[in-house]
Amino acid sequence: MTPLDDAPAGRLGNLFRTTAFKLSFAYLVVFATFALLALGYVAWNASRALDDQMVSTIEAEINGLSEQYKLGGLRRLISAVERRAGEPGASLYLVTNAAGERIVGNIDALPTGLIVDPGQTEANYARIGGTQTLEHRAIMQIFVLPGGFRLLVGRDVAERDRLRAVIVRTFGSSVGLVVLLGVFGAWFIASRVLKRVDAMTETTRRIMAGDLDGRLAVAGTGDELDRLARNLNAMLERIGELMRGLRDVSDNIAHDLKTPLTRLRNRAEEALRTAETPDALRTAMEGVIEESDGLIRIFNALLMIARLEGVNAREDFQTFDVAAVVQAVAELYEPLASEQGLTLHVETEGAPLILRGSRELIGQALANLVDNAVKYGGPSGEIRLSAARAGEALRLCVADSGPGIPSEARGRVLDRFVRLEEARSRPGFGLGLSLVNAVVRLHQGTLALEDHAPGLAVVITLPAGDPTGG
Amino acid sequence: MGVAGQGGFPRTGETLSLRPMRLLIIEDDREAVAYLVKAFREAGHVPDQASDGLDGYALAQEGDYDVLIVDRMLPKLDGLSLIRSLREQGVTTPVLILSALGQVDDRVKGLRAGGDDYLPKPYAFSELLARAEVLARRRAGPGAVVEATAYRVGDLELDRLSHRVTRAGHEIVLQPREFRLLEYLMRHAGQVVTRTMLLEHVWDYHFDPQTNVIDVHVSRLRAKVDKDFEHPIIHTVRGTGYVLRVDEARGPGTAS
Repeated sequence: MTPLDDAPAGRLGNLFRTTAFKLSFAYLVVFATFALLALGYVAWNASRALDDQMVSTIEAEINGLSEQYKLGGLRRLISAVERRAGEPGASLYLVTNAAGERIVGNIDALPTGLIVDPGQTEANYARIGGTQTLEHRAIMQIFVLPGGFRLLVGRDVAERDRLRAVIVRTFGSSVGLVVLLGVFGAWFIASRVLKRVDAMTETTRRIMAGDLDGRLAVAGTGDELDRLARNLNAMLERIGELMRGLRDVSDNIAHDLKTPLTRLRNRAEEALRTAETPDALRTAMEGVIEESDGLIRIFNALLMIARLEGVNAREDFQTFDVAAVVQAVAELYEPLASEQGLTLHVETEGAPLILRGSRELIGQALANLVDNAVKYGGPSGEIRLSAARAGEALRLCVADSGPGIPSEARGRVLDRFVRLEEARSRPGFGLGLSLVNAVVRLHQGTLALEDHAPGLAVVITLPAGDPTGG
Repeated sequence: MGVAGQGGFPRTGETLSLRPMRLLIIEDDREAVAYLVKAFREAGHVPDQASDGLDGYALAQEGDYDVLIVDRMLPKLDGLSLIRSLREQGVTTPVLILSALGQVDDRVKGLRAGGDDYLPKPYAFSELLARAEVLARRRAGPGAVVEATAYRVGDLELDRLSHRVTRAGHEIVLQPREFRLLEYLMRHAGQVVTRTMLLEHVWDYHFDPQTNVIDVHVSRLRAKVDKDFEHPIIHTVRGTGYVLRVDEARGPGTAS
């Protein structure tokens, strides 16, 4: 079943196909089976206990009667039986001669031949004064007395059978109740879940149809479906972000590359038209190559920013000492700075400053910032490069003593990082900082512009994280 | 990263390899191959070509090449698998990987697969040539295995053990990084080294340094090494990088 053709299947059909229903049904079957087994065990035990009780009653009677027999022989036995048989709620008694004919007792008839064999048995019988049919049933113990006489003592099992019947009825009704409740519960749970899943399916279908801003409803119960909905929403958010990023990048590529491409074309055209000597042509060609190198540079920076926003950019993270990177970048740029009449100070506190991330990218970001500081930090003065621990985080700062950025404009400049398009107006600067911002975001840090009075301080705060992993 | 100055072929006299290189270019883009073959020939080398991974693999196994230039994306057998297979077969020919991807992690993957150097597209031919020559030379001499403890180019001497640099007997005091820069230049005396190669090997970074930071370092070094002497040893190769050589002799320096 694909999500697109399930509509007309019918609500009940849907219900039977749901996982919730199937699960509930499986539980129901298991539970009912257990209930059956448990009740059966109880019933069997109860009837066995009753049987045991009857047998021991019979045994006590027999003991009593055999006492009588020992004391006064058959005569005394017969009179004892006669007396006992007359008592209410009495056991069953029968004394017969060797031929099986009744001498005394409250049993009228027995299945033929039963009385011949001694031992315990369960059989039907007829009561004295009742009908002649063997409609009652009893557990009996048969003894052979000297002279071939037989003594039978028994207990009617009607009570036991009644109890059995009660158990069986309870049995049936409780299993029925279990099944009924189970079916109802399954239907209830399944339809509740189904309703939410249906809603989710409906939303995802809308999203698939192009409504990328659609989000799944979260019931707020914190259950599995809520968690699923939240995760799917987060996923949609991330996808949306990536798509916007991609769109931004393609827009930027289009804009950033258009101008230099046009320039490149104009230059080549002009060279064709005007260059007369090989030397002039060579100069023109070198200009063309320079222009295309610039293009490649822009292209690479844009591509890199896009890659950093992507998913797998954290794959090659490793732990390294940020202080060492700061020192290396300072050392790399020191000659350039002093050539421009700038002093480059570097301060690292509490080295090593261990960070989990990309050494190359942090190095590149710092290089971009120092490069900006050299270019825009005024004709003379100083550049301060510092790295220190700030609580759980690492704080990297590149500060210059140039004109800086007025405080009211600073927020706007930061906005520009987020929205790449506006930063494009100054290619080198804009892309450089955009790249820095992308690197910082990749490391889950923050980028801030502060007043260095005078000058601009770019502050990067990076969560130091667990140096052992993660 | 990746843009090493302006392209164009080096002018005559700027290419100073020890001997012609035998190269194998494994690349499926016909136009790019034609361009590379022509350019390498003009630079005095002997290029062969293969247009897919399997052909390239067969040729690389049979032929005795100084350098293999391998594109990452190839039909039939991709570049990284090709390199891995060659290494498994015990082929140790230096490999330079060309890639359109050109990011840090791609570089790491390429080198992990057994590549020796990595150049993202688009590249300047001068950059490719310089890197290929360095790789070929690394293979050529027995010095490939044991690094020399001292270098001498003309009257310039560098002792790696005592960290002493002298020129015509006069001691030159260098900062640690300047020493490493000079050491790298001297190890590759007679060969063009590009700015990105210097950034990679002297500073161990692979990014685009934006401005001419390397040039400033070299000019500082030059001020110490060449300024007081009649014949400069550190030469700029326009649009490409630098080369260390004794000028009058027009020959490569000697490494001792």
